[in-house]
Order: sequence, then C-alpha cells, then structure tokens
Amino acid sequence: MIAKLILRDKVYEVRAGMSLLSALQKINVVPESVIAVRDGEMITDDEILRPGDEVKLVAVISGG
Amino acid sequence: MKCRRCDKKAAVHMRQHKLALCTEHYLEWIPEQTERFIKKYGMFTRDEKILVAVSGGKDSLSLWDILVRLGYQADGLYLALGIDEGISYSHESQRLTEKFANEHNLKLHVVDIEKMYGSSIPVLAEVSHRGHGRPCAVCGLAKRHEMNRIARDFGYDVLATGHNLDDEAAVLFGNTLKWLDEYILRQGPVLPGSDGLARKVKPLCRFYEREMTAYAIGRNIEYIYEECPFADGSQSIFYKEALNQLETARPGTKLTFYLNFLEAKKGGNLFIEQSLGQSQLHPCLKCGQPTSAPGLCSFCRMIEKAESSPTWPQSQTDR
Repeated sequence: MIAKLILRDKVYEVRAGMSLLSALQKINVVPESVIAVRDGEMITDDEILRPGDEVKLVAVISGG
Repeated sequence: MKCRRCDKKAAVHMRQHKLALCTEHYLEWIPEQTERFIKKYGMFTRDEKILVAVSGGKDSLSLWDILVRLGYQADGLYLALGIDEGISYSHESQRLTEKFANEHNLKLHVVDIEKMYGSSIPVLAEVSHRGHGRPCAVCGLAKRHEMNRIARDFGYDVLATGHNLDDEAAVLFGNTLKWLDEYILRQGPVLPGSDGLARKVKPLCRFYEREMTAYAIGRNIEYIYEECPFADGSQSIFYKEALNQLETARPGTKLTFYLNFLEAKKGGNLFIEQSLGQSQLHPCLKCGQPTSAPGLCSFCRMIEKAESSPTWPQSQTDR
C-alpha cells in the first residue's frame, strides 16, 4: 500500500505506515523547505501516512 | 502531536520554539507575535500611516493581512515590473494583489514601471548594462527608488516590507561570507528615516519562511506560487537552501544566527562599528531622493543611460 507526495509537478510514491518526516528524508526533501497539506489541512511531520494518502508539499522558498 | 493551547491536532510545528499549534491558534499566534515585534523594535504606532510593499507573494500579502487584522492603517503598493518570461509573472502577481485588495476593501497604489519610465525591468536591465545579464540588480534598485518615492509623495510615515527571517538570514549570511561591513551594519528590522528617505520596517523578520507559508495557507490567501523566473539559481536561494540544511540538523540555527547578530549590533560588539555613520547623503539633482554621491542617484543615472540607448523604446509615456 502506498501514499503519494506531490511537490510541484513531481509525484513521489512511498510506503504507507511511515511518518511524513521519514518519507521526506526518503525522497530527499528538506523538511524545513515545505509545508505538507493532506485533505486541505496542514499536517506536522510526525503524522503517519495512510494507504492512499495524497499529500501536497508546498515549497516555501522564494526570493531572488 | 497536540496543539500547545488546546487538545486539537497540531497543524504547524516550530522546532526552534519547541511549539506546535493547531491552525486556529496558529492564526492567532502570528499576529500576536507580529505585534510584539512591532513594539519591541519601535517600528510604528497606530497613529502612523503605513505603506506596505506588496508583490503578490505569500509574505507581503500575509503582512498586509496581519497589519489590517491588528487594526493598523495600512495601504498597499504594487510595482508592475513587466516580467513575463512566458508565464505572465507580473500580470498574475498584479491580478492576485488587486484581488486581495478588492476582497478586503483596501487601498492599493499601482505603479507601472514601463508606463512611468518607458521600459520594463528586463529591457531596462538590458539597455543599462547593469547586473551582469540578470535584471535582479536593476529590479532591486527600481523597487527601492519607487517605494521611497510613493511613500514620500503620498505622505506615508513608514514603508513596510514582507522580509521574513530566511530572507534576512540569507542576506546576512551572504554579506558575512564576504565581510561586507557597511551592508552588515545597515541590516536590521528598522532602517530609520531621514530627509527624503522613508523609514523602512520588516515586521515579519523573526518568522521563518515556512511559518509565513503556513500562515498564507491557513488564511486561504491566494498568492503567486511560481517563483520569479529570474530568481532561478540566484545566490539568495542558494544561501536559503544551505541554511535550511543547517536548520534541519540543528533546529534554531537560523533564528540564533539572526538574533545574535542583532544583539551584537545593538551592543556595539561588531568589530566594524566605527565605520557606521561616516557616509553622507546628498539630494539627487533630478529626483531629489538622497544618494551617496553628489549629482544624480544610481536610478536616475541608469534611466539617463537607458534613454540615450539606440534600442530604447520609442513610445514612452510622460512622467
């Protein structure tokens, strides 16, 4: 069973049952650089990903 | 993880503060903290008129939202820079800024750089040969010039920008790597005003960029998510990414870096303190704004140079 993490136009598939923090580490995304949103609600990175979850990762860095 | 203030599930965890909050309490906490910073650094009072520089991004729109929620007299200023690059960047950011202003019934000044000075920022950068092929230096110069002009012309007491702690830490990091002492000493939450120069303040300077994103999401603020097309690969983004690596390994690194700098500066503990206040400002002969060298300011020199270029656009609008 998998959960999906979506960052901009990229979709990452990870194993459900792991924490969001572990999933971010697995896909090499720095936790400090994103806010995670699931079903329209922001979630903290200790949240356990459920089968079928689609978590949107909102990139936070801007500038120039 | 539970909210510190209630039993609900936390939505935002701020490791550097060892604080987790639910959305409802997070959206209360941010304005409370902003008010604290405004008072702590003596930024402005409720009697003063504030001009908020709004870009359509998460930070500036959130700043405007927070100041209005706190009951401050805050109008907006949007600068149309003419950046398109295939994604209608300026057009979209202007649309979102105007949408926010209309929905909240707020006053917004819009200055179109192309209509005002005859060319967009990318064209101006090209013909003025500033910025080594990138328009960012020209963009920054034009923004500073125009923000100060509007603040002065419309009688605003203070100009507020949406710089967050990541912005400030990245600038400080870059300047420290090069030991640019004058730039380092000039940095802070408040840049005092002087004759012709509006006071500049950064009420969000102690919030992480991640926190401002969470605020914009929590408040359902529609902001331009796409990065400025010219920011890709920029130095400031490189420094922010590097600092975020440090922050992940050692929560609080960014905050400590910035706050300890402010403390050292306040206490006169920076070894370069003596050089402060030696520079003298002169009024520009053309626009009257203060400049470090006698004659024309950098902006007016750039415009004069651009106007003498054979590739300068013919259809200019009178200033």
